Amino acid sequence: MTDAVLGGTGTALINILLLAILFVVAIAIARLRSLFAIVMLSGVYSLVSAAWYILVDAVDVGFTEAAVGAGMSTAVLLAAMLLTARTAKPEKPFSRIGPFIVCAAAGIMLLYATIDLPPLGDPASPANSGVGLTYLQVNWYDTGVPNVVTSVLASYRGFDTLGETAVVFTAGLAVVLLLGFGERSLADTLRRAPKSGTRPGTVHKDGDGT
Amino acid sequence: MTLAALFAVLIGMCLLLVRALLGPTLYDRVLAVNSFGTKTVLVIGLLGYVMGRTDFLDIAILYTLINFVATIAILKFFRYRSFQVPLARRADPAARGGDSNG
Repeated sequence: MTDAVLGGTGTALINILLLAILFVVAIAIARLRSLFAIVMLSGVYSLVSAAWYILVDAVDVGFTEAAVGAGMSTAVLLAAMLLTARTAKPEKPFSRIGPFIVCAAAGIMLLYATIDLPPLGDPASPANSGVGLTYLQVNWYDTGVPNVVTSVLASYRGFDTLGETAVVFTAGLAVVLLLGFGERSLADTLRRAPKSGTRPGTVHKDGDGT
Repeated sequence: MTLAALFAVLIGMCLLLVRALLGPTLYDRVLAVNSFGTKTVLVIGLLGYVMGRTDFLDIAILYTLINFVATIAILKFFRYRSFQVPLARRADPAARGGDSNG
């Protein structure tokens, strides 16, 4: 499928390699107990999936994945680790069966859904039957942007995207103002408050590195 | 030729992945993830030439900038055990109740 569109077995091999790396990282994240290693590996997962999105020409999705997944969520997860332990608790032997059944069912449903998907780049697919083909034709003359999705997002719907960005920025600003900065921030208040017992952020040392 | 370079970088990614998975210390993992980001940038740059889309280079440069954020966050995490300290303040980390984990 990808061969027909991307051309050559080389890109197909790169697809397979990137997806294999994703698979290995996902298995490792599920198996590891050290939370720091999990945070690191989730960053790796985001980077590889971002590279793979670019390989299948979904540049905007790849860019969002790199910004949110590899950049921001690593920082957010590390900040969350300041307030909790460094390692996950060992699990009871059979506590994974329920989540495993849910994951397997969701995976089977998704695999079943892919049967109905049209092939990549099919001109008769529903996505291409509406205004999509028109955009493909006029996009280059209108905007000069090589990626059609990017041109729609940033040029045809430029004000819409600007509004969305303003909304997200305002929401982030509100959260930052609520949580606060520096000495009077929520995290510092939490850290100073308990005089005895476990002090979050300083006590727990994990097995690796210390 | 570019394809061969791309595969070499991908194999390097696999080796880095081994280090990130097995890495005995945290610093192995931090280094592995940081180099993994660099390798991703290289892959995207080379991919642009393999696919004949040289404008992927711009995306690769933007990825470099994003990769920087995560590395700074990790290093700040180890140095200060807090994200609330401005980078300009070179305070003794012991005064803030954290050890530098070294």
